[in-house]
Amino acid sequence: MLRIDQLKTAPLPPLTFTVGDGECLIVEGPSGSGKTRLLRAIADLDLASGHVFLNGAERNEMTGPQWRKKVRYLSAEPQWWTETPQGAFALNEDKAAQDRIARLLTSLGLAPALLDKPVASLSTGERQRLALVRSIADEPAVLLLDEPVSALDIPTAALVSELLRFQLLAGRTLIITAHNDNPVSRLGHARLQLAPITGMPARRALASMAVSPPSAPPRSQGGT
Amino acid sequence: MTSYVPLSLTDLSIAAALVLLNGAISFAYRLRLEKSLALASLRMIVQLAAVALVLRFIFQQVSPLWTIGFAAVMATGALAEIIMRQQYRLKAWVPLLLSASPAFLSGLATTLLALAVIQPSPWYAPRFLLPILGMLAGNTLSGVALVLDTLTSTAERERAIIEARLALGATRLEAFQDILRQAMRTGLMPVLNSMAAAGIVALPGMMTGQILAGIDPVEAAKYQILIMFLIAGATAIAVLTSGLVIVHFITDDRHRLRLDFLVKSKS
Repeated sequence: MLRIDQLKTAPLPPLTFTVGDGECLIVEGPSGSGKTRLLRAIADLDLASGHVFLNGAERNEMTGPQWRKKVRYLSAEPQWWTETPQGAFALNEDKAAQDRIARLLTSLGLAPALLDKPVASLSTGERQRLALVRSIADEPAVLLLDEPVSALDIPTAALVSELLRFQLLAGRTLIITAHNDNPVSRLGHARLQLAPITGMPARRALASMAVSPPSAPPRSQGGT
Repeated sequence: MTSYVPLSLTDLSIAAALVLLNGAISFAYRLRLEKSLALASLRMIVQLAAVALVLRFIFQQVSPLWTIGFAAVMATGALAEIIMRQQYRLKAWVPLLLSASPAFLSGLATTLLALAVIQPSPWYAPRFLLPILGMLAGNTLSGVALVLDTLTSTAERERAIIEARLALGATRLEAFQDILRQAMRTGLMPVLNSMAAAGIVALPGMMTGQILAGIDPVEAAKYQILIMFLIAGATAIAVLTSGLVIVHFITDDRHRLRLDFLVKSKS
């Protein structure tokens, strides 16, 4: 269970909410409303005041890297720093991990052979899916996905959505920024609506995470 | 075997004619370098004359205090030079000085090692200590300036990559390992080049000086080899240390990348 307590990062007001194991929160809002900021602050990549707890443990009880091994942020623009994707899948020497990566790739419609192709030769969509696999391969407890299907067509986005549903069934916690019209947003048990920055800066965010059918997600509109 | 030939003012003025020729070319081709040329020539004359007078004084004194004093001036100059060469530099002064100081500290440590080898008497004899320190610090300075500049500008450019690696749970050193490696290569390159080219492409300045002063070329080469090794060692230590220090100071204890600790220089 991920508990956010008075987390404050510019330009957002302090936010308090909880997302349980196996639950998915969809973060919505116009561009510039701070969706990425929120995810980065939860992953402790940006300076933010307030507290974040994972299963009761405050993040300052562990080092930053330890926290980010458990609470995994994936940027909307996946990054590669090696010639082939293989090199960026570090620390995966053991056979079991390699098999898991192969299964994950296959489930997203990617051939495991892609790992040895030059990154520059891969399509944007392939790179996005590879980055997703890289982020979930070591099974972090929480996934913070920033526009995870932005470069994908609807059928491929549906594959991602299916994979994420299994992650939820395995008890992982998801926070996803996504637009209303894509398949991933239907995974949400709850929504957090961020208001545009201009005009009214302060708003109250979603407080409770009552689980409701994905077809009728509870809307939490910004107040004040 | 001192076949040293002192230079007269006439000798110097003949050489100065070449600078005038340089100015004439600049004027003829409208390079607009006449002013800078005149200023640079003047500066050189004044600086060298001043340092020569100061050194003559210090060499006569042979006092540890004067030697340390001059070394301190050199240290200040080295640090200022490194700081000025940075496109992005740390905002906070203490980290800034800490990141640049390996240049001088490693130069100093290696100089003491050299003195232990040469064994001048007394050990702090400024005639040995100051020139060696100058040569070592001059080289470590370039190395450190290159490492710091490469590392910070790469961090600015590859911010997204560094943060992607941090997001995957890498420590700051892991996230920076490729960049650090690249920066260290860059910092060591000039030393490697000068070692490889020494004697073939360029006759090293110190060896030239000793030969002109009438020293046997073989003896001069021995000194040069000693100095080259010292330079290589000092630069390697300085480059590694300042690389690690700057990585430490552009991240924080939560292993976040903190480019907000850097400021872009105005130039």
